[in-house]
Amino acid sequence: MGKRLRASLLAVLAVMMAHNSGWAAGTATTDTGTTSWMLTSTALVLLMVPGLAMFYGGLVRTKNVLGTMMHSFAAMVIIGVIWPTVGYALSFGPNILGGLVGWDSNYFMLQGIDEAIMESHIPEYVFAMFQGKFAIITPALIAGAFAERVNFKGYLLFIALWSIVVYTPICHWVWAADGFLFNLGPKGAIDFAGGTVVHISSGVTALVAALYLGARRGYPRNVMHPSNLVMTLMGAGLLWVGWFGFNAGSAIASDLATARALTVTQMAAAAGAFTWMIIEIVHHGKATSLGVASGILAGLVAITPAAGVVPPYGAFALGAIAALICYLAILLKSRLGYDDSLDAFGIHGVGGIVGALFLTFFIRPSWMAEAAEAAGGVWTVWQQLGVQLTAVGVTVVFAAAVSLVLLVIVEKTVGLRIGESDEMSGLDHSMHGEQGYGLINPN
Amino acid sequence: MKLITAIIPPDRLDHVREALIQADITRITVSRVTGHGRQEDIEYYRGQKIAPNLIPKVRLDIAVNEEFVDTTIDTIIAAARHGGGTIGDGKIFVTPLEQCIRIRTNERGGSAI
Repeated sequence: MGKRLRASLLAVLAVMMAHNSGWAAGTATTDTGTTSWMLTSTALVLLMVPGLAMFYGGLVRTKNVLGTMMHSFAAMVIIGVIWPTVGYALSFGPNILGGLVGWDSNYFMLQGIDEAIMESHIPEYVFAMFQGKFAIITPALIAGAFAERVNFKGYLLFIALWSIVVYTPICHWVWAADGFLFNLGPKGAIDFAGGTVVHISSGVTALVAALYLGARRGYPRNVMHPSNLVMTLMGAGLLWVGWFGFNAGSAIASDLATARALTVTQMAAAAGAFTWMIIEIVHHGKATSLGVASGILAGLVAITPAAGVVPPYGAFALGAIAALICYLAILLKSRLGYDDSLDAFGIHGVGGIVGALFLTFFIRPSWMAEAAEAAGGVWTVWQQLGVQLTAVGVTVVFAAAVSLVLLVIVEKTVGLRIGESDEMSGLDHSMHGEQGYGLINPN
Repeated sequence: MKLITAIIPPDRLDHVREALIQADITRITVSRVTGHGRQEDIEYYRGQKIAPNLIPKVRLDIAVNEEFVDTTIDTIIAAARHGGGTIGDGKIFVTPLEQCIRIRTNERGGSAI
């Protein structure tokens, strides 16, 4: 039985790989400048994942620091395997199933792109790897919502399934040339670098997961102090640096659009941190380091969908608005009492939605003129807002519904919420048999 | 008055702490310590099983009045044990306590605990 199953799997693999003939390289040539920048961006986006591990790891209690950092590293491992195997084909292949996802068997194991140079003058390998880093960081963001209380095996299964059935469809709709959100309205739904695909999808899933799994033991009665805010700040710094690859790389170019994206990314991050700092000083009398880190992230998340279309003043505005609304969202969370432990929804979900919607009011006039021309005369801000609302609404509903199904499946099979005793012992001991801060002891 | 010093496994800290609070023993001091015991700590380091010389433990220091001594000891034992008891579950030392002073009020003796 096992042997027959293996044989049939091999046959399927063979069929999938037998499409090589007729797949010739295009006529485009490589541009070394663009390729260099895209290679750099690819590395910068990957740097965000250990950055996120440090950011989240510093925020949990000492007994959960390794378990929490492993959530980010496991995403590099699991999605690192899934993306080149099927993720790229599902995201960037031509429409199948009525446009639900894409599929191109030439992209299976990336075997069909060995000599492909894209029209943007970069080897397709670079594009596939660049996109792969986005696929890695997205499920890792979710882990902030259910920190300190999930089973490692259940988590692995969850992010693997989530990447295939939630991430790749949304990525396909928004970024593939034939995706339906990419073609909504005259110039498409605006999502420059992943407001919907990365931040809203992961943020909404985070909220659903936090509600479904329930609060940590003792929350909110017991105070749960961050184990190491120094590490959290270093993580926030790495995220800021990595975000230049995330946003400025998303132009898939090395030109004016890249420079614009880089500039507005820097400005929104600073505006977000500035706003958060001022709010805290007014509200509490003290600016906290965690507040500054949160403001940086809120600004970066909000500018992500907008980095291609807003001028600098729009970046300032988006960063400030996102910081204010995320701050209120986190206050509201405490009121409502659900345990989104590290504010994955509060920052990424809320910040992503704020960015994707409010960007409409700051689009540079030349973009609107092009949209009007494509629409055959008139295209108003409100019409574009309708397009943005559609993209956000579709992402929220799809991510929430499918994630809930996945959560139930994983919880009922492998188990996602850990037992009470394991939770008290901490993830480091109960899931990994290690301890993160062992060096504090003479050993 | 007695000073109860308990050496327990780090993964049982929350279990013991909560059990003590349930038993109305809330004034405790906790520190990370390392030491030698009979236990060989099996951990994984790059896939290799290793047994380090010094084993991390958690130390609880609890000053109690006589009537709380047995409750404290029983609570710690019940909460610190792994299953039916394994090597490495730790030790409890009970020593006479000569004096106890609350710094804020300069109170002395049993009422200061």
